[in-house]
Amino acid sequence: MSHDLSALFDPKGIIITGVSNHPGKFGFVTLHNLLASGYEGKVFPVGREPGEVLGRPVLGSIDEIPEGEADMVFICTPQAVNEDLLRAAAAKGVTAAFFAAAGYREAGPEGAEAEARLVALADELGIAVAGPNGQGVVSTPSRMCAQIVAPYAPAGRIAVASQSGNFVSSFLNLAHHTGVGISRAVAAGNAAVLGIADYVEWFADDPETSVCLVYMESVDNGREMFDRLRAVAERKPVVVVKGGASDAGARAAASHTGALASDDAVFDGMCRQAGLIRARDVEEAFEAAATIATQPLPTGDRVVVVTTVGGWGVAAVDAMSGTRLDATPLPADLYAAIDEKLPPRWSKNNPVDMAGGETRDTVPEILELAASHPAVDAVLFLGLGIQSNTAAMMREGGFYPDHGLERIVGFHERQDARYAEAAAEIAARTNTPVLLATELANARPDNAGPAAVRAAGRMCHASAGRAVRSLDLMSRYAKWRRARGL
Amino acid sequence: MSITLSEAESRRVVARHGVPVSAFVTGRSTDEVIAALAADPGVEYPVVAKLCGRAIAHKTERGLVRLRLGDEAALRSACDELLAAARPDDGDVEVLVSTMVAGNRELIAGLNDDPQFGLTVMLGVGGILAEAIRDVVFRLVPIDEVDAGEMIDDLATQRLLEEFRGEPAVDRQALIDALVGLARVGEQEAGIRAIDLNPMILVDGRPIAVDALLEVDEEGDR
Repeated sequence: MSHDLSALFDPKGIIITGVSNHPGKFGFVTLHNLLASGYEGKVFPVGREPGEVLGRPVLGSIDEIPEGEADMVFICTPQAVNEDLLRAAAAKGVTAAFFAAAGYREAGPEGAEAEARLVALADELGIAVAGPNGQGVVSTPSRMCAQIVAPYAPAGRIAVASQSGNFVSSFLNLAHHTGVGISRAVAAGNAAVLGIADYVEWFADDPETSVCLVYMESVDNGREMFDRLRAVAERKPVVVVKGGASDAGARAAASHTGALASDDAVFDGMCRQAGLIRARDVEEAFEAAATIATQPLPTGDRVVVVTTVGGWGVAAVDAMSGTRLDATPLPADLYAAIDEKLPPRWSKNNPVDMAGGETRDTVPEILELAASHPAVDAVLFLGLGIQSNTAAMMREGGFYPDHGLERIVGFHERQDARYAEAAAEIAARTNTPVLLATELANARPDNAGPAAVRAAGRMCHASAGRAVRSLDLMSRYAKWRRARGL
Repeated sequence: MSITLSEAESRRVVARHGVPVSAFVTGRSTDEVIAALAADPGVEYPVVAKLCGRAIAHKTERGLVRLRLGDEAALRSACDELLAAARPDDGDVEVLVSTMVAGNRELIAGLNDDPQFGLTVMLGVGGILAEAIRDVVFRLVPIDEVDAGEMIDDLATQRLLEEFRGEPAVDRQALIDALVGLARVGEQEAGIRAIDLNPMILVDGRPIAVDALLEVDEEGDR
């Protein structure tokens, strides 16, 4: 069954229960985060002690809220009172609830009974219930950070659904770090009613989302999940990272096939069959999602690597050797076109090592030539930020701005910003991914190259190997689609 | 509870769904075996003879396999020995005689009823080292030809599938057909818990199962 989760992700008004003036309590923190993120809908804090919190009047009861003003309730109150609160909220027109409250299945048999009652009540009231025991929900189109913890995130097109709240925070932190933003993010908590598949199905229809990012640990109904996630993957890319994935050989099996059927191998095959993009860890998952969210899908496996010095290109090709990506030999016409732009010492091969022979326009021109060639499916540029790194030393070296340094520093920094802009523009125009990688993205995030990529909400990988890994995952998904005529 | 079908029963079930198995005949006595062989020109010398029955799962370990039997005399004496080696608790037994197919490359394929995902189909690098190499890929049953092709592509040991020591590259369509047929066994036969086809030998690039073992629910007995 597909749930309408629009009131969960884009509520027009939110009731928060359990609000007190103690800044360490969930109710306070949620109210704070919601207001701090700039949520513009109505907010109704409800608590036991009347008064003001963060300049907002605290209501003693949900009964005081006008009908139809709120369609979402965020529950921070103790388990025992929550069924009454949910009924009261439903009477006011609430159709979605996020239960941050704990004390349910995770708390033992009595909690499990309370959770079963909650499931029945949600069904009776027709309320979409997220959680319980969850960290919250984030939605940048509504400027909403309804979470009991940090952070909010920059706006973008990645939608996160996670069985672990901590990893929601991890993904949001990575969004801040890279500048590649988030559309929605939700922690499933105990997933009493709404599970990963429910969220991802809603993301598939969400015009604000272009890629889904999932962290999962447990699989309850594997066959149903497979069917539902495959149907989503046919429409939008779904990146999956799974925790607890190794029980290899734990199963006592009479057959060879059974003995070889580790959970991880079966899960991996399920992902491949369903078109789910499986990443090895959280960082790789985020980077794959960030790449897919900001690049066109490649139409094949042929990659041209463009570098300003030799070693990086070698590393990129080494990284490709463990993948199905192909550092394609340069087609004759592309070779000839590049040869005209570069001095004779260039590598004359793929990787295209420009050997320091670039002049003002060379980098954008070479990227353009490679990306627009019909026999090239993706381009990887290594060398962004070198000029600005030189510029940084000149700025900081005690001679700036005299001796002509101001002028050359400005030139270097403008060039790197240009390269970043050119890569984005060429990728969009040629419909060919143009990835960028430099350790300066981490080492000197203020460098004009990576800074320009980040400001545009795009992904600058921290190494050639990581860029190759993202491209490989994206390319496998594209291949899965092509094989099925999608 | 589940039971294991004899190799002959297992071979017949998978062959019905298009899984290629080496040509074989069976008999309960040496004379029956010789007569069956005479009636079936598909089974050619040299042959392999095995004692098979539902209770016999580990033929090799018990020395119940005779390889490279070049003529009728050799086959007769092998049949006599195998039938004499049967133990009372082996239950009904028969001798299975199959063409001894030759190839340097062995794959493994099978089905397994997974606790999380239900019936899965597997392809791997096979033979006696399969469990040590662990180069295997799974899909959920049913699969189509596209899924089967991707299973082949997902094996790590791609070089084994290319031209190899004078043998041609794997016949991709034949392997796809075998996998789709194997998955269809799980889809269409009741009560399948597990199947092992180990090994499937690549003969001129085409996969041929030379051993088969089906584990079924007791009510799925056939």
